[in-house]
Amino acid sequence: MHFGPHLLLAALEGLVTSAVLALTALGLSLVFGVMRVVNVAHGEFFMLGAVLAWAVSTAISGHPAIGFVAALVIAPLLVGLVALVAERLVLRRLNYNPEGTIVATIGMLYIIQQLALTFYGPEARPVEPPFSYRILLPWFGYSGYKLSVVAASAILLVITWLVLTRTKIGLIMRATQYDRETAQAFGIPVERVYAGVFAVGAMLAAIAAVLIVPISQAHYLMGQDPLLLSFIVVIIGGLGSLRGTVVAAILIGLSDGIISMFFSPTLAKIIATLVVAMVLVFRPQGLFGATSR
Amino acid sequence: MRDASPAKIYALHIGVIALLFALNFILPDYHQGLFARIMALAVFAMGYNLLFGYGGLLSLGHAMFFSAGLYGAGLTVYHLGWGVPEAFVVGIACGALLALVIGLLALRTSGVAFMIVTMMFAQVFYLLILYFAAWTGGDQGLVIQQASRVVAIGGASFDLTDPTVRYMIALALFSIILLVTLATVRSRFGRVLVAIRENEERTKMLGYDTVANKLAAVVASGAICAASGAAYALLFGYVGSSFASIQYSILPLLWVLLGGAATTLGPLIGTLFMYYVTDITSGFTSAYLLIVGVALILLVLFFPKGVLGSIRERWLGWLP
Repeated sequence: MHFGPHLLLAALEGLVTSAVLALTALGLSLVFGVMRVVNVAHGEFFMLGAVLAWAVSTAISGHPAIGFVAALVIAPLLVGLVALVAERLVLRRLNYNPEGTIVATIGMLYIIQQLALTFYGPEARPVEPPFSYRILLPWFGYSGYKLSVVAASAILLVITWLVLTRTKIGLIMRATQYDRETAQAFGIPVERVYAGVFAVGAMLAAIAAVLIVPISQAHYLMGQDPLLLSFIVVIIGGLGSLRGTVVAAILIGLSDGIISMFFSPTLAKIIATLVVAMVLVFRPQGLFGATSR
Repeated sequence: MRDASPAKIYALHIGVIALLFALNFILPDYHQGLFARIMALAVFAMGYNLLFGYGGLLSLGHAMFFSAGLYGAGLTVYHLGWGVPEAFVVGIACGALLALVIGLLALRTSGVAFMIVTMMFAQVFYLLILYFAAWTGGDQGLVIQQASRVVAIGGASFDLTDPTVRYMIALALFSIILLVTLATVRSRFGRVLVAIRENEERTKMLGYDTVANKLAAVVASGAICAASGAAYALLFGYVGSSFASIQYSILPLLWVLLGGAATTLGPLIGTLFMYYVTDITSGFTSAYLLIVGVALILLVLFFPKGVLGSIRERWLGWLP
């Protein structure tokens, strides 16, 4: 292949990464923005979504599309339930103290990871894509499923944005984010908002995982990279800014796809991590975020 | 702490060291080896405790200081063929230098951002070790041969693979760092650190240079953790990238939380306890990380002050 088509392929792969990353990072960003909780276990909710998707789709016989759709509904709901229980049992008791919650979510990370290893095993297992249509470009054929992942992610992002800006639920969430105590004084059930946001954040990660699992297989360690990349996206995009998160996800996804196609993936990760650490040191509000209150 | 006579405090610490010395002759072979490892790693926890317990700075990247010492010492022996004492010094110097650079950058942030920044720098360090696998051995690691782990001082030569020599060197390092920590936290510098932890703005108003004090704490903490890493490489003859992974940044936090943050003997108790819990449970199950996870959550929920912190609160107010 010539350089041009090669770059196009890298860009397409990067776009798929961006789409999944935007959803995962959005979940992390919502939880941090509203609750001020850094959820280190976010990557494990992603992994749990993928593993449950495998479990659901293998339990259902028939056309792969039926199993996939069932997984897309059931897996995020179960993950949301796990997150809700974790929030109730642990985070609420810590009164959402930033340092305490980081230590506690590190604990959750280890627990979920170990349970997945014990019950799911160390193997990587695939989920069949719901359809296997290939789009033929002049230079190479490209999986139609991958492009549909991008579309699905875009639709979900728009829905989230509409909910946040156009509905009463979104208004309540933004009020809680802006000033927790005043919101409570106005009769907003802050604790229920927190529980809901934590569950929705985990569900977004789980949906992203179900979408990606037909492309990359389900594995008990698959949560580590998305966690780090989501942190990177959220920091570059500005903590708690939806538009910044999406822009940063596209930026990181594309550059990750392109750099790792032409250079070593380890080098790509080193550069990305170092750049982000420097952004956090010298521009803590992120590249697109407004200055913090 | 204010009412305690220094004699009582020093007697307690000398007593602990004497007990560890006596254990060398009592413990069976297997536990003697385990204790040597625990003492070397307790130094890591003490270095972490200086910054987290006393200075109030929660770092999630201390594996990089530990592994800077580990690789600084291990690679000079492996590639340059240097002697053990020189390699040990190189290891500490690597850790101190790295801590200085990281401190200058990371201390521009605070709170949650400080945790994430230190975690990311540690991740970069870890990836660099993998990237330069030609020299570091990557995730396979390197084994340092027995022949290059013999120290000749004067006429006598010490073989670091001998269990008693290994135990005594680990104990010596542990004792030195324990007494240094004790002296540090009782000094003016230690009190300024606690003041910064409690209220940084007020400390600044009182005319203390908080940034310089915090930087000094990061460098001291990094150097102690590097000493632990260097000793670990030389005593046990193995360097590997797993020691630089995020897990080794979490473990000292766990040990310190368990034993009691801002107590001088807490890191030893935490390390000892966790090591034996994982050692005993690994007989029944391979789910060692599950125990770490559950321990972290239970600690932060019900025992935020740790073992010694709770004892100090209830009964022994004079514990340093």
